[in-house]
Amino acid sequence: MTQVILFNVTNGLIIGAFYVLMALGLSLILNLSNVINFAHGNFLALGGYLAFTLSPTLGYWGALLVSPLLTALIGLIVERLMIRRVYNRDPVYSLLLTFGFAFVMQDFARFVWGPNGLPLGLPDFLAQPISAELFFITWYRVFMVAVVIVTVTGLFAFLRYTRVGLRIRAGTLDLETVASLGVNVRLLRTFNFSVGCMLAGLSGVLAAGQIGLNPNMGDDLLMPSFIAIIVGGVGSLMGTLFGGLLIGMAAALTTVFYPSASEAVIYAIMMLVLLLRPRGLMGEEGMMS
Amino acid sequence: MTTVVTTASATAPQPAVPRWVVLVAIWTVLIAVPFWLPLLGGYTALAGRVLVFGLAAMGLNMLLGFTGVLSFGHAAYFGLGAYGAGLTLRYLVHSTPLAMLAGTLLGGLAGTLFGLLIVRRRGVYFAMCTIAFGQLWYYLAYSWNDFTGGFDGLRDFHRAPIGFGPLTLDITSGGDKFYFFLLAIFAAAIGLMGLLVRSPFGHTLRAIRENERRARFLGIPVERQIWLSFSISCFFTALAGTLYALLNNFADPLALHYSLSGYFVVMCVMGGMRTFWGPLVGAAVFVSLQDYISSMTVNWMSFVGATFVLVVLFFPRGLLGMRQLRGQS
Amino acid sequence: MSKLSTSVGRRTILKAGVALGASQVIGAPFVIRALGEEPVKIGMVNPLTGVLSALAQSEVDGAKYAEAEINKKGGILGRQVQLLVEDSANDVGTGVQKTRKLIDRDKVDVIFGDVNSGIAYAMSQVTNDKKVFHIVPGGHTDPITGSNCKWNVFRVCNTTTMDANAVTPELVKRFGKKWFFITPDYAYGHTLQDAFVKALKKVGGTFEGDMLPINNTDFSATLIKAKGYKPNVLLNNMGGLTQINCMKQFTQFGMQKDMALGGALFELESIKGCPPDAQTGWWTMEWWWNQPKVPEVVKFVADFRAATKKTPSARDWFGYVSMHTVRLAAAKAKSLEGPKLAVALEGMELPPDVALQPGKVAYRAGDHELMPNIFVGDVHPAKAKDDYFTVAELVPGEQAAGSVEDTGCKMTHPA
Repeated sequence: MTQVILFNVTNGLIIGAFYVLMALGLSLILNLSNVINFAHGNFLALGGYLAFTLSPTLGYWGALLVSPLLTALIGLIVERLMIRRVYNRDPVYSLLLTFGFAFVMQDFARFVWGPNGLPLGLPDFLAQPISAELFFITWYRVFMVAVVIVTVTGLFAFLRYTRVGLRIRAGTLDLETVASLGVNVRLLRTFNFSVGCMLAGLSGVLAAGQIGLNPNMGDDLLMPSFIAIIVGGVGSLMGTLFGGLLIGMAAALTTVFYPSASEAVIYAIMMLVLLLRPRGLMGEEGMMS
Repeated sequence: MTTVVTTASATAPQPAVPRWVVLVAIWTVLIAVPFWLPLLGGYTALAGRVLVFGLAAMGLNMLLGFTGVLSFGHAAYFGLGAYGAGLTLRYLVHSTPLAMLAGTLLGGLAGTLFGLLIVRRRGVYFAMCTIAFGQLWYYLAYSWNDFTGGFDGLRDFHRAPIGFGPLTLDITSGGDKFYFFLLAIFAAAIGLMGLLVRSPFGHTLRAIRENERRARFLGIPVERQIWLSFSISCFFTALAGTLYALLNNFADPLALHYSLSGYFVVMCVMGGMRTFWGPLVGAAVFVSLQDYISSMTVNWMSFVGATFVLVVLFFPRGLLGMRQLRGQS
Repeated sequence: MSKLSTSVGRRTILKAGVALGASQVIGAPFVIRALGEEPVKIGMVNPLTGVLSALAQSEVDGAKYAEAEINKKGGILGRQVQLLVEDSANDVGTGVQKTRKLIDRDKVDVIFGDVNSGIAYAMSQVTNDKKVFHIVPGGHTDPITGSNCKWNVFRVCNTTTMDANAVTPELVKRFGKKWFFITPDYAYGHTLQDAFVKALKKVGGTFEGDMLPINNTDFSATLIKAKGYKPNVLLNNMGGLTQINCMKQFTQFGMQKDMALGGALFELESIKGCPPDAQTGWWTMEWWWNQPKVPEVVKFVADFRAATKKTPSARDWFGYVSMHTVRLAAAKAKSLEGPKLAVALEGMELPPDVALQPGKVAYRAGDHELMPNIFVGDVHPAKAKDDYFTVAELVPGEQAAGSVEDTGCKMTHPA
């Protein structure tokens, strides 16, 4: 019995941590630029694939460090070339743009790396369970959670204590005023988008170690990220954090009792939140009107 | 007064050609499809698909183009229409009209109820909710195996011949007869839509699109109108969904997926969001393009995606919208 | 005013684009007619994009290889063969539309497709309506040659019943009768598990299992349950990438020390996507390339490798067999009409250079299912290039399939 309880809790946290990392990147971009990045799942896949390509030369650790940075760089280029042009227009255009770009990215991944599933090699000690008793927790899962905790703490600290972070937070609330205060808003948005893509790339490397690589891998992770944001409340990063953990836990718990419904339950939670508290659990009224 | 005049001219271009001529031309082209399309290397089933998607996109356009509200989850209602029709034909009764009614009601009511929940939101958040809601139905369809056939889709149902008293319209074999059936339903739906758009109700929608705050000051109950517009658009899209199920004799979960929603939005934008016939033109271009390119190369997704990007960056007003730009400045 | 000039520039591009597109479309039919004698056209609809793309692509590769081979040897009924491939994108609407396109516009004589059984079924409704000969190379759900069998539809790959019945005796003999299933929650998974349960019950076995969402990525909850149940064998019925993940997690948790692993299909494409320690277990292959005792196979593999630079998998073989089936049926029927081809193919045996395995391989008349051998054996890390599987036993298809009545097929022929 203890095993089952312990398992529920840890597994929920692990899944939730993963959703959080994905959703935070999406949320960052959404909050500041008002753009739903449909290609976020594809940036995740790209991060994973880049790690796959880099790991023979740089090793796993090298790939883990470099791949998200490369993804951020690609995100930067994309933002400068395309996303930037649709910022002040009707949201339909930014949605269509990222949506179309997602298609291109997915096809590109299939073209370059092939349609077959590819494995990402992990260092041996990570693939072991942490004990015979707790055989279902491998060191890799612990590692994943550790990476997420470090990254999220780093992100929040960055937003709280650095000047750029302050500007991003201010920009989320009132971009016009921030601009009139002399901040280079264009650069800020570009930087913000890159950070979002970096988080997606990092999620991709982590995911690749767990589920392997394939061109469609981002699709299944995109929706839970949306839901994490809706549940947590648009405009609030803490909300996204909380939302991600919540749906991760819910999905894990449901798998134990009624496995077929484990995906449906996160939608049920979303509907509940929309019904009872439409602004999200931690959202602020008027954030996205 | 001035507002109304500007709004009117923003939607109806200075007609160099009288409207009735345009309508006659359009309907002649549509009716003659089985004759001229094969000559161009097309096939009648392709035109059927264009009509179905065109109707769905035009339904969406009531909300997107005329009211200025973005829904990126309209495939949900399309798919619900398809499943409603399919489930009726399979489990309840072999009647095409009833199946169509059931599907349209299912999709329309789902949209109406959902609209109530999110009508206060706007912009990007509204769109996000519509996407997530659509995906909910997608997961429901593909997990509820026993009822909906799950991942493999709903099968084992067939178009049933329609009886009009002593006459029977046998549409079971598809082909040209079915195309004309589709065209007839399409015409009826479009006629109704045209009436709605031209009515005072339609004008309030356009007012909301142009300037929501001002519309509110004029006393227009903005939230209620948006909700009504949302609801009506869902009914039309659901009707298109029922036709889709009849076209394929099949309903599958991908008809509910957000990628199809995205296609509908592209059709509206590509053809011209602010025009009445734009989405149909967009549907024709998009369906033909996808059909043609996917036969040429496995990498058709890149081309389709690149088309979206190009449309957004360079042709945001769409094909018919560009005609308007000329007449305006 | 500059706005006007930009819009003119755009319009010119648009007009040019439309003209170019129209010329391609209008020009095409005329070009083909100028080529002389009409080729025999075969249309293949498969999900070349989407989650099944790896398997679909292999089938196309095998079919294309056969197309070249057939054309070198004189074609079908003395005419060259042309394979037209369309992408169903794993979407039923698209699959049905492409089928109509191939039949109405391209006037194909035969249709192949689809890996996705749902799409295969929807396509069969269209082909049946239009009386076009239809071969399903790799769509597995049983009803296609079972309760939904049609006179114009034939299938190359096995039913889930055949695979389950073939591997069950081996698993029971080697490991025991207490099993745990991990099954995906859709038609393929359901029929597969039902088939296994039926076979297991016949030998008095017991079981427990979990039905998981098709795209499930995390198997920890299920694997914990399995460990608690202490079965002899864990049956991994998941498909594609989810199967690989389940295998990976199984080995990561060290569960191979406590129980054996097995199942029906573990395809070569999937095996290659697994890390070496997850390449394990007892499975069936619908065809396997490494058959040193059969000279036709050795030659085929050598030629195939030379032409395509890859080792043929079962999926390649499906595509290959489908093309040659059409050639053989047409030769026997001396026609390409659907009804005549169907009659010719019923009961027809494949020659050794097409069957590429020992024993009699024929299309059963009652349900139109091909009856090859089912290769039962174990998967292991590659001993030589692509040699991931060692055959322990060859189970004749007819033996594993049960009778025609069991499949539920009641074939009705056109008047």
